[in-house]
Amino acid sequence: MRKILPLTIIVLTSLVFIGRLFYLQIVDTSYAVLSANNAIKIEYNYPQRGYVFDRNGELLVANQPSYDVMVIPRQVKPFDTLEFSTLLNISKEFLIERLDKAKVYSPRLPSVVIPQLTKDEFAYLKEKLRKFEGFYIQKRSLREYHVSHSASVLGYISEVTDSEVKSMKYYNSGDNIGRSGVEKQYEEVLRGIKGVKYIQKDNFNREIGPYKSGTLDTLPVRGKDITLTLDARLQAYAEKLMQGKRGGIVAIEPQTGEILSLVTAPYYDPALLVGRKRSKNFTRLWYDTISKPLFNRPLQAMYPPGSPFKALTGLVALEEGVINTSDKVDCHHGFYYGRNARMGCHNHPAPLSITPALAHSCNAFFAKSHMKIINKFDTSVEGMDAWNKHMKSFGLGDYLGNDLPVGQPGRIPDGDYYTRKYNTKRWYSTYTLSSGIGQGEVLTTPIQLANVTAAIANRGWFYTPHILKEIDGKPIKDKDFTVKNMTTVKPANFEPIIEGMHDVYRYGTAYSLRIPDIEICGKTGTAENFIRLNGKKTQLTDHSIFIAFAPKDDPKIAIAVFIENGYWGSRYAGKIASLMIEKYIKDEITRTDLEDWILSHSLEDEYAKPYSGEPFKINQ
Amino acid sequence: MRKSNAFDWLTIILYFILVIFGWMNIYSASFSGAETSYFDMDQPYGKQAVFIVLSVVLIVFLLALESKFYERFASIIYIGSLLSLIGLFVFGKTISGATSWYAFGSFSLQPSEFAKAATALALAKYLSDIQTDIKTLKNQLGSFLIIFLPAILIIPQPDPGSALVYLAFLFPLYREGLSGFYLIIGASLILIFILTLVLGSIWVSMIIVLLGILFYFYRRRRASIPKIGILLLFGILFSFSVNYIFNNLFEQRHRDRFNIVLGKEVDAKGIGYNTNQSQIAIGSGGLKGKGWTQGTQTKGNFVPEQHTDYIFSTVGEEWGFLGTSFFIIIYTLLLIRLLVMAERQKSQFNRVYGYSVLGILFIHFVVNVGMVIGLMPTVGIPLPFFSYGGSGLWGFTILLFIFVKLDGNRKSLQF
Repeated sequence: MRKILPLTIIVLTSLVFIGRLFYLQIVDTSYAVLSANNAIKIEYNYPQRGYVFDRNGELLVANQPSYDVMVIPRQVKPFDTLEFSTLLNISKEFLIERLDKAKVYSPRLPSVVIPQLTKDEFAYLKEKLRKFEGFYIQKRSLREYHVSHSASVLGYISEVTDSEVKSMKYYNSGDNIGRSGVEKQYEEVLRGIKGVKYIQKDNFNREIGPYKSGTLDTLPVRGKDITLTLDARLQAYAEKLMQGKRGGIVAIEPQTGEILSLVTAPYYDPALLVGRKRSKNFTRLWYDTISKPLFNRPLQAMYPPGSPFKALTGLVALEEGVINTSDKVDCHHGFYYGRNARMGCHNHPAPLSITPALAHSCNAFFAKSHMKIINKFDTSVEGMDAWNKHMKSFGLGDYLGNDLPVGQPGRIPDGDYYTRKYNTKRWYSTYTLSSGIGQGEVLTTPIQLANVTAAIANRGWFYTPHILKEIDGKPIKDKDFTVKNMTTVKPANFEPIIEGMHDVYRYGTAYSLRIPDIEICGKTGTAENFIRLNGKKTQLTDHSIFIAFAPKDDPKIAIAVFIENGYWGSRYAGKIASLMIEKYIKDEITRTDLEDWILSHSLEDEYAKPYSGEPFKINQ
Repeated sequence: MRKSNAFDWLTIILYFILVIFGWMNIYSASFSGAETSYFDMDQPYGKQAVFIVLSVVLIVFLLALESKFYERFASIIYIGSLLSLIGLFVFGKTISGATSWYAFGSFSLQPSEFAKAATALALAKYLSDIQTDIKTLKNQLGSFLIIFLPAILIIPQPDPGSALVYLAFLFPLYREGLSGFYLIIGASLILIFILTLVLGSIWVSMIIVLLGILFYFYRRRRASIPKIGILLLFGILFSFSVNYIFNNLFEQRHRDRFNIVLGKEVDAKGIGYNTNQSQIAIGSGGLKGKGWTQGTQTKGNFVPEQHTDYIFSTVGEEWGFLGTSFFIIIYTLLLIRLLVMAERQKSQFNRVYGYSVLGILFIHFVVNVGMVIGLMPTVGIPLPFFSYGGSGLWGFTILLFIFVKLDGNRKSLQF
């Protein structure tokens, strides 16, 4: 007993110690975090965000320095909040709120108190900041816009949200992230890679040197510069033409699918969304629910395409062999397809074959062609499905797959769609007539329509439209944008359609919009549209639509223009398309009267009508 | 008469493992990052390297001495040691609040580190006297006097930690026949004290009564009821006086230390800082540790006194669970080896001395490691052979190697 007791005590003690150590070192894993928290400080080194250039090398977006006031809550000593908030030019309550938020995020990690001070504000603050322990200035770069147009394409950057910090490993509180346009789409290319420095601290929170001799540290990698396919001059000109109007313009280089111009109207200066004023301006844009400046119309707005769609109907009818180039259809101010059923048409010579029918935009011809396509098949469902397949090969009815973060699929109905709509499979081609002339169920976005135009200009193929041309001077290799998409229509069948679109300018609906020395092909469109006003479906003035490409035999530009409530196609959209083409190909405007007309005509009165509270007339 | 000098090599090897491993950790804990010599005398690791080299010289000297010398001069050494402690009241040098040092130029010695070995010798001498019988009250009091005289001189330095170490001599006393009653009483008082702080007097009193009744019925030879009654009453009274002792006799810092270990108080920035930081250091080491000189807690000096009393936290952080269990096992092997050696002694002097060494090393181990890993209240005593400090290292080296010498000569004839 007297010999055993000491041995027992010794062995038991050792076992208890080993057990305790096992718990501390192996079981409980919280200590590693605690240790990292108090001994290692992480410092980020922010790289320059990549520049953005236009296709001609013009600098669109660069950077400017800005200064964030940062705080590490744990290090804050009691201070005069009133004095500090006055210094920062904010309210005391806001300061306290920011500090509380920072504390919740992390007491030891830096948080942004006030982001993006200008140089002057910084200079003033710098002297006095020493008095306030726990606060410091972090230099960062802000976007600097060298142009005042293209805000919707370029997009903007802003501080990451708390949930983004949690869900995305790369970001820390106060970092910026691309929010829209190419800033969002190419965030990872533009942002570069943050440098990280781990610093060993001592018990007084002093930095005593690099952690692990700096072997874990990384240098920041500058963001890559990108070159867009946009033509800045064309883009600036487009926005100028769009003043006082709502709608969208998309111009594409047919041989490459490169987007030359992408404009939404109303538009705003991209500089509005930079720095401290960003939040206020953004709120203002966001709450403008009537003109919706943040609504990217060329990508997101789905309009009925109207008459330009007749070109597609013609192509599919030729491809399916249900008509030939000499078939004529009569038209007596309309198309009678049943007892008391008539689709109206305007005054033009008749009967017409396909080429002049397109030039005169004859409803009867294309409604009948559409019927023939559907009726070629045993059932209407099969016919509609065949038609749908052709349309989809032009990039309609689904997301285009372009490299911009927003988009809409549009709508191209198929057999199933009508079966569901009429709740029976027994429906007839006449039920779908309006789809043949681009009304009714068919919806397209302006960029889809511009793409269709490019496919027609190319006689049967297109590259998916895209906005990125080069990264750091190297052309993109993405298969999505460098492999041709073939349409289901043979090249030969495009000629009568292209002739018809050419005739639109020679003697048709856009006769007045010819451009001297440029062989241009186009098609006007007018689309009825409705809104819900005070709970009642109300018809508004028609949308003015135009598609065009030029030159006819070696197309350099394909364009689609939508002007909301602009009435008939050549009234607004046609004029703008014509000016855009001339500007792009000739780089000068010879028809200054036309330009003056567009610049001096605003549709604001038209847009105000439904909100005036008084009865109003449309299509005046 | 043939003198055999078969020194116990296992003990010597374990000693050097501890000393060298200790130095590596001291190096890491005080290493500032600059490239300097291992013998840089401005740095603790440099000084410790010198102390280690000098202790080798000391070992040679200790082993070379006639083993009879220690027994013969035990009393004189003891008296000299007491005088050196008394001398502190006059000539002592105060370092961080404790007047525990003699200063010789830039060099200081701490006599309390040497007093342990001296006391062990004196106790061995006293108990091995033919006329001494530990079972008599007179000799018990004599033993206690030898043991607690130095402790009483150390307490006012103030260095209650070092004084506490003298409880280690219960090991030899118990081995030589001191009634287990003393141990039971001592253990019971400690248990009652802690339980009362945790549960309160009422519950503890009820537990005491319950245990008394169980004791009465399970003991074959029934103890007399009045005797048990007196013991129970004494226990209950003690329990009720605990709060008074705790609140009135203890200083606030002592109360805090208890409260932290008992989990009653969590104040990671104030009084609990040391314990908290040393646990973070150890806990963050994980299985394999962060690597030698790679400990972030260690480098950032988050653990105060890390190269001295808290050196074990460096082991935990940089060598991980593998390192800490290696240390515990090596140290335990040393203790068990000492136990085996003490038991094989033929002379009572040697055995009492051996048990004293064992007891002292054990108490240091329990109190120091227990404190660093948060199982014991904060009591500042060094980890033998491991913590930084010349006096400490030499004191323990002398203590251990006297026994190695005695053990080596155990077969030689006794006069």
